Amino acid sequence: MVDTKVCLSGLTLDNPIIPASGTFGYGYEFADLYDINILGSLSFKGTTKNPRFGNLTPRIAETPCGMLNSVGLQNPGIEKVISEELPKLAACFHKPVVANISGFSAEEYAYCCKLIDQQPQVGIIEVNISCPNVHNGGMSFGTTPESAAAITKTVKSVTTKPVYMKLSPNVADIASIAKACEESGADGISLINTLMGMRIDIKRKKPILANITGGLSGNAIFPIALRMVWQVYEAVSIPIIGMGGVSSAEDVIEMMLAGATAVQVGAANLIHPFICKDIIENLPSVMQKLGISNLKQIIGGAHQ
Amino acid sequence: MTQGIYKILSNRCVAKNTFEMVLEGDTSSLRLPGQFINILLDGCFLRRPISVCDYDSFHITIIYKVVGKGTALLSKLNEGTSLDILCGLGNGFDTAKSGFSPLLIGGGAGIPPMYALAKQLLIEKKKPIAILGFNTADEIFYREKFEALGMHVLLCTADGSIGIKGFVTDAIRNTSYLDYSFYYACGPEAMLKAIYHTCSTDGQMSFEERMGCGFGACMGCSCKTKYGNKRICKDGPVLNKEEILW
Ligand SMILES: Cc1cc2nc3c(=O)[nH]c(=O)nc-3n(C[C@H](O)[C@H](O)[C@H](O)COP(=O)(O)OP(=O)(O)OC[C@H]3O[C@@H](n4cnc5c(N)ncnc54)[C@H](O)[C@@H]3O)c2cc1C
Ligand SMILES: Cc1cc2nc3c(=O)[nH]c(=O)nc-3n(C[C@H](O)[C@H](O)[C@H](O)COP(=O)(O)O)c2cc1C
Ligand code: FES
Repeated sequence: MVDTKVCLSGLTLDNPIIPASGTFGYGYEFADLYDINILGSLSFKGTTKNPRFGNLTPRIAETPCGMLNSVGLQNPGIEKVISEELPKLAACFHKPVVANISGFSAEEYAYCCKLIDQQPQVGIIEVNISCPNVHNGGMSFGTTPESAAAITKTVKSVTTKPVYMKLSPNVADIASIAKACEESGADGISLINTLMGMRIDIKRKKPILANITGGLSGNAIFPIALRMVWQVYEAVSIPIIGMGGVSSAEDVIEMMLAGATAVQVGAANLIHPFICKDIIENLPSVMQKLGISNLKQIIGGAHQ
Repeated sequence: MTQGIYKILSNRCVAKNTFEMVLEGDTSSLRLPGQFINILLDGCFLRRPISVCDYDSFHITIIYKVVGKGTALLSKLNEGTSLDILCGLGNGFDTAKSGFSPLLIGGGAGIPPMYALAKQLLIEKKKPIAILGFNTADEIFYREKFEALGMHVLLCTADGSIGIKGFVTDAIRNTSYLDYSFYYACGPEAMLKAIYHTCSTDGQMSFEERMGCGFGACMGCSCKTKYGNKRICKDGPVLNKEEILW
């Protein structure tokens, strides 16, 4: 028997597998396919203060071994998420969830985090700081240590639950941003969000995405994500949720060896709707083959 | 929705750049004409959405046009090859709305779902009329298949090489005897828009959008309607005329 349990800020997960925000809706599309209670947890779609339609379509483009999306945080807004989506999610998922929150100003983050903090089914608040700061020329909050620290402090001052800051990879020095979050009271770090990219339709001679640019995810970004988890692990001592291109139990082990305590699976859910189930079912045998009896013990193992 | 492995029974060219593929596998998740499948291809990250053209308990027929990398790969696959497919996607057409004699309007790669729909309407003892639009004569497929169902078929080509010259809306305007209760349409968006403004009866239209998942998880395919945001893949691809914002 192998032990797949991991611990995130006092929360014990049966296994480290968490579907990533934006790729699992609020769970029910997948609850029709399999019992999603086998998951370690679930990060629901990025939620903002106001309802958002998001960007114009096309919002999806294919890339080698990956995809671009420019969905633009489509969500019904925090009030509706709490009154309609969370009860529906609670009906099919009985474990604490990861609440993914986005905002375009410090006030918006504070507003949403305060409300979501009061929801009993929320185990962790995951603060996505990859969206543009409308008060600061559209630069993302996650691109400087100062703005990342400011949002961390703001959120921490209105919440009691563990706060994980979700970092953007579109930066020169990810470790310094993670460190700034830790020093400002973050309980953990989630990374990576998508990498900015674009595609052009050579027949129409125009960008494919209506938004021109979009976020790259999928297998293509795995080595970049792994490198960033590695660097952040060296810089901080709070837990890391690693993600970016994970699509197998082997990838999960690799992420954990780099320093992740838990692992999120994003784009792979869209192509292979049973992927999280498959990974969870394969994990014990892959652990056995690698001589791993307790998954917790391999976290950051490659650094030694 | 179900995920399954399907075996290619045949894959043949039926018109210029157009192929018909017959697949064998579980069709239990197909409920209505107008639904689609999402095909995984070696060498493509995203699946390719293709409408179901015909189906029975063990087989699915699709017709697809080669327009890019994925459909080119698909066209080169041999009989006996297995494909990983998500089946039973989308809402499909509602035949209860048809009245006695609905128009089935298909343009190019939008024609395939009209075949399954025609069969279903005939089973329901209705009298559908098909209007099939192509660019040129060498693109024409399934004309005989529609006629073999015993229904009236109007053919039009944009260049006038066969049938009525012009677009499907020209055929609708210029065919004086057309008396229809409802319409179903699938094809390029410009065609759907023209139909929307030409036909005065109620109708249903099937839309396309670039998709991430095809089953409602990613919000990649959203559109605005009179009744709020809808996902083309899950709440569509078929929308009612009255909810379309044009
Ligand atoms: C619900 C639905 C039903 C469809 N039914 C049919 C059908 O029965 N027959 C048929 O010939 N075609 C159909 N299409 C269009 C078909 O999906 C595209 O032609 C196909 O995906 C193109 O793939 P490609 O790799 O050859 O082209 P590429 O341009 O190389 O594809 C690149 C990416 O763009 C996407 N894409 C490109 N064109 C379209 C499009 N028109 N719609 C959606 N995504 C697109 C591809 O899926 C892929 O992710 C349907 C589309 C949808 C959404
Ligand atoms: C369609 C789509 C929507 C996403 N929406 C969100 C979101 O709302 N909030 C967020 O923090 N991350 C979002 N992400 C990013 C993912 O959660 C994840 O960080 C990223 O895709 C990398 O993981 P992957 O390669 O496994 O997909 C989205 C990704 C995709 C593909
Ligand atoms: S394509 Fe993912 S929601 Fe429609």
